[in-house]
Amino acid sequence: MHVMSLFYIVIQQLVNGLILGSFYSLVALGYSMVYGIIKLLNFAHGDIYMVGAFVGFGALGIFGSILGVGWLGITVALLISMFLVGLLGMLVHRIAYQPLLNKRAPRMSLLITAVGVSFTLFNGVMVMTNGEYKAFSTSLGYEGISLGPVNITYTQIIMVVSTAILMLVLYWFINRTMYGKAMRAIALDQDACRLMGINVTKTISLTFFVGSALAAAAGVMAGVYYGSIHFYMGFIIGLKAFTAAVIGGIGSIPGAMLGGLILGLLETAGTQLPFVGSAWKDVFTFGILILLLVSKPTGILGKSEIERM
Amino acid sequence: MGNSVGLIDRLKENLGGKKTRGVALAILFAVVALLPLFANNYIEEVMTNTFFYIVLALGLNIVIGYAGLVDLGYAAFFAVGAYTTGIFMKMGLDFWFTIPISIVFCIIAGIIIGGPTLRLRSDYLAIVTLGFGEITRIVARNLKITGGASGLVGIERPTIFGHKLYQITDFYYTFFILVILAIIIAMRLHNSRLGRAWQYIREDEDAAEAMGIDPVKTKLYAYMIGAAFGGVAGAFFAVKMTAISPETFAFTQSAMILLAVILGGMGKIPGAILGAVFLVFFPEIFREIGQTRMLVFGILLVIIMVFRPQGLWPQRKS
Repeated sequence: MHVMSLFYIVIQQLVNGLILGSFYSLVALGYSMVYGIIKLLNFAHGDIYMVGAFVGFGALGIFGSILGVGWLGITVALLISMFLVGLLGMLVHRIAYQPLLNKRAPRMSLLITAVGVSFTLFNGVMVMTNGEYKAFSTSLGYEGISLGPVNITYTQIIMVVSTAILMLVLYWFINRTMYGKAMRAIALDQDACRLMGINVTKTISLTFFVGSALAAAAGVMAGVYYGSIHFYMGFIIGLKAFTAAVIGGIGSIPGAMLGGLILGLLETAGTQLPFVGSAWKDVFTFGILILLLVSKPTGILGKSEIERM
Repeated sequence: MGNSVGLIDRLKENLGGKKTRGVALAILFAVVALLPLFANNYIEEVMTNTFFYIVLALGLNIVIGYAGLVDLGYAAFFAVGAYTTGIFMKMGLDFWFTIPISIVFCIIAGIIIGGPTLRLRSDYLAIVTLGFGEITRIVARNLKITGGASGLVGIERPTIFGHKLYQITDFYYTFFILVILAIIIAMRLHNSRLGRAWQYIREDEDAAEAMGIDPVKTKLYAYMIGAAFGGVAGAFFAVKMTAISPETFAFTQSAMILLAVILGGMGKIPGAILGAVFLVFFPEIFREIGQTRMLVFGILLVIIMVFRPQGLWPQRKS
């Protein structure tokens, strides 16, 4: 009996970890894509996720009255948020990053600009919402599949499935379309791409669109799943998603997916450990990050590279 | 913005001579030293706060400006200094003895964070320092010895030669002396062998290594010294405020100090001072914008990086 209850706890935590991991993966993808293409650690990415949640909240507020706050309304809000936040990502790239890329500014300047963008988004939303929590009210219930005491809601299943669908679409986009090919080519050699007639700036812009849209999707899903959103929600997840990207190997798309899931599972497992608990879970995660950076900075699927200063 | 920068450039040209600059500095020094005779408490408070940020900015400037390393968690060192002093004073130790302990603890923290990570790429370093800053805050919030979420309260005021420092004017002069010491140390470091090694590494790490400079060790020194600056500032912060709480050392704090350094111009001592002055004065002057302040800061950071990455203080002509 004791073994069985332990088994149920493991299953339940596995489900929780999988959901958390899905969010991490989606955000980590944007980090990894941008890093892969212009070697920028887009510090503002966590805040893009947060803006995505708020745009989704606004869209649900507007369309919820017509479409209802069930799956239809949420899907519409999700798509609107992905589109608008994708545009926001492009805007940020055009205003803040591209001028520096044109000047071939040092990477530190780019990084600090990204911190500035993060600050702007973060405080912009704080001012607009007065720093209040917003309740993401939906009509989703707690019905689901029960396995003994383990309850897996349909919401959880749909979350994981939607994440998987988004990832498959992304995988197809990167590997099977011309735009995806252009992105991969730019990551290898920007100057050669320019000579081959690829519009580098536009492709980078597109990368920002895709990455930001994925983060927005994660933001809306997290809002729906946890039921409330806050301007501060992007900060920690930005860090976590970066950790996930590093675990998988930054710059690698499957790496980001894998890294997110691993981190989600590790973290949920970590909170169950007697000496970690929920108060220490962020310390636990950063501890993993630092250990990993020291022992294997290329991550699981990353390629090793020699940095030229 | 270009216009005002042009103005500063012209002003500096006019002030160009060493003699005029010396006179200007002497006047500035005299004005600052005599200010408490005329100013009210509010102005003294603002100035003391400015001094405090100048020390922090000069410390971070060593890491970012001199050695070219990113640090997004500088508030952590400041926190370690403040908590060390706070905890040891609660145990009954005299304030002046806690300062060296704070420095040692900060240097250890610098080694812990720098040692394993300085071999990494600069952007990895950014995220690790950020994570470290968060860890420090969370640890301070969860431990009993640091007073948990409410922090440490009732830290004693220090005495010097039988005189208890408790009025704002006392702290005004204490922090003023601290600033002068910090400037002297920062200047001496800049012109030292170590300072030149930092600049070399910042410009070309491979070449520096080829010339026999150990990059990891040299970078670690920058971290340690920067941490020590933060520690001293933190120790004095603890006794001035008499209460410290984890939220004082949140990411916003690190970002503010970073902004001061970048605003003034990385690697430049007058720049760091100017940045810190701006950082404290700006919200005081524009009090009514309140919450929007940080938003303006964010936008400002982007604008500076895009249009004037060398900062407000003019570039030295070479």
